[in-house]
Amino acid sequence: MTKPLISVKDLTLRFKTDEGLVTAVNNVSFDIAPGEVLGLVGESGSGKSVTAKSLMMLNAENSVYDDNSSITLNVDDQDFDVLSLRRPKDQMIVRGGAISMIFQEPMASFAPAITIGDQMVEQLLIHSDMTAVQAKEVSIEMLTRVGIPVPAQRFGQYAFEFSGGMRQRAMIAMALSTKPRLLIADEPTTALDVTIQAQVIELMKDLVEEFHMSILFITHDLGVIAQTADRVAVMYLGNLVETGTVRQVINSPAHPYTRGLLNSLPKLDDLEAPLTPVPGDIPSPLDRPSGCVFHTRCVESSAIAEKCRTEIPGYTTDSANHQVACHLATQGEQS
Amino acid sequence: MSKDVLIAARDLSVHFPLRGLAFGERPVVRACEGINIELEKGSFFGLVGESGSGKTTLGRAMLKAAPISHGEIVYSDSEVTYDLGSLKGAELKEYRKRAQLIFQDPYAALSPRMTVRDIIAEPLEVMGLTSSRDETDARVRAIAAKCRLNLEHLRRFPHAFSGGQRQRISIARALVSDPKFIVADESVAALDVSIQADVLNLLNSIQAESGITFLFISHDLSVIAHTCDFVAVMYLGQIVESAPTRKLFSETAHPYTRALLSAIPSLDPDVRGHAQKLEGEIPSPINPPPGCRFNTRCPHAQERCRSEVPEWREMSSGHHVACHFSEELSAALGS
Repeated sequence: MTKPLISVKDLTLRFKTDEGLVTAVNNVSFDIAPGEVLGLVGESGSGKSVTAKSLMMLNAENSVYDDNSSITLNVDDQDFDVLSLRRPKDQMIVRGGAISMIFQEPMASFAPAITIGDQMVEQLLIHSDMTAVQAKEVSIEMLTRVGIPVPAQRFGQYAFEFSGGMRQRAMIAMALSTKPRLLIADEPTTALDVTIQAQVIELMKDLVEEFHMSILFITHDLGVIAQTADRVAVMYLGNLVETGTVRQVINSPAHPYTRGLLNSLPKLDDLEAPLTPVPGDIPSPLDRPSGCVFHTRCVESSAIAEKCRTEIPGYTTDSANHQVACHLATQGEQS
Repeated sequence: MSKDVLIAARDLSVHFPLRGLAFGERPVVRACEGINIELEKGSFFGLVGESGSGKTTLGRAMLKAAPISHGEIVYSDSEVTYDLGSLKGAELKEYRKRAQLIFQDPYAALSPRMTVRDIIAEPLEVMGLTSSRDETDARVRAIAAKCRLNLEHLRRFPHAFSGGQRQRISIARALVSDPKFIVADESVAALDVSIQADVLNLLNSIQAESGITFLFISHDLSVIAHTCDFVAVMYLGQIVESAPTRKLFSETAHPYTRALLSAIPSLDPDVRGHAQKLEGEIPSPINPPPGCRFNTRCPHAQERCRSEVPEWREMSSGHHVACHFSEELSAALGS
């Protein structure tokens, strides 16, 4: 078995705030293999983005990682302990070196007063030993590759002169020009129209194959996940509640929360199917429920409600690929 | 066929002149052009299209919040008939009570300095609909209960609420003046799927209970499919197809509608990459392409499409389309 590109173990992250320590990520573990697309799904406030930012040490100053948390990056048979990288120079390997990130709102991620071209060249100069002339050539080549017409002219323009879809393409071109091993895509298509979203998804799929990189794809849209991911991890209130291959999770969801998400989606092939929302709202991370974090909104737990309220469910062990943290699933396993 | 129409636009155009050069013609943004729609009483009318297609402008024109450059909008309920183009003074105030708007972003639409009770009561006070504070309070409480807000909620400020709850407050505010017509502009776009389903169900139950006519604006065809009974598809300021929901999905006639439908990511991981890719982006409404406005992106465009504007015609009962080749394409591609 090949070594995973990145391996997250028991990641627990808290933020120091005036109201005390807020747990944003709780005991999360997952691996991403080289060339694999892992989809990370969950509602807003579930801790998806904070988890992803941990991989690049991008969380704010007030973040505290638990002592037994570990993130190991394996590049060219060399292991890096990401959480122990302290000096900015050492952190370059995870910040643009082996890992790149594209963000949800491309207008907010480009500097407004520097041309797109200069921003692309700047990071190439930092992360490689190219000359400025070479960097410009590579940048224009990447812009061509992501389908931006007249790239030589676009290279000298500012972010406001690009349309939304075009900006996201430029963002992808910039993130990929340093040839990262892992691309973190944080809701890359949420701000785009469906027709443009289809174009961007197509482009990202082509690029994964061409550059053989891994993607951590964060989204709340299960349709986008079904179309792009190899494996899926579902997050709720900082916990990973279910992981499995995309077919396992979408076709036979095992956690009540995953089922709830799927039932609340409008489906085009069955217009009569009622929309069943997950009742209530996601609780505040300041006030995490005891036992299973989902028990306050779970509609399936009535028979063993007491257990769900008090005991934290462990992961099922029936199959290495499909793991679920739910008492109902573990009970089914035992009987 | 005599239909009970609440509000109808006939040959409606909305143009916004831009600040031009010193000489020559001033450029004009043609946000809506030649729109014909009729909203039957008690219907849930969906309006779908990409950003920049003019959906919001059309919605605003129907509330007399955007200038009518050409054509007319006629509102007519059992008590009054208004021609919106010439509406002013006391009659306009009266119309404001009958037509209301629910905004897209529930975080921006509620004043942070007013309690929920004051937010919901404001329309009543401004429009002078109640004569005493007790009467106002009674009405606010009744509407709040309908939108599943309790008395405790009424005393709080908006910052204490989640996205779904805030959207329910916006809905309560729109309902409090007992309107006949509500424009819901992307009212679920900013919400998580589980909350989105909840708000859609609430809107549907309000409509069923009170018979309010809704114009539901969205970019998401699957949401429209589940809530609306009639759909109009907009592209670059024009309506290209309109039909009862079921018919639109089973007998799709316009290539743009077809492309929109195929761009929705499928939930089935085994049917990947069948999206019919639409090249390029929506052109500028300042200088729309001649002939059919969709010809620059249409995969089936022919010479005739570039020169001749397609006629807005009825294909079958209630199903209108603006395309030269709908019948030929339906025969060749199947619906």
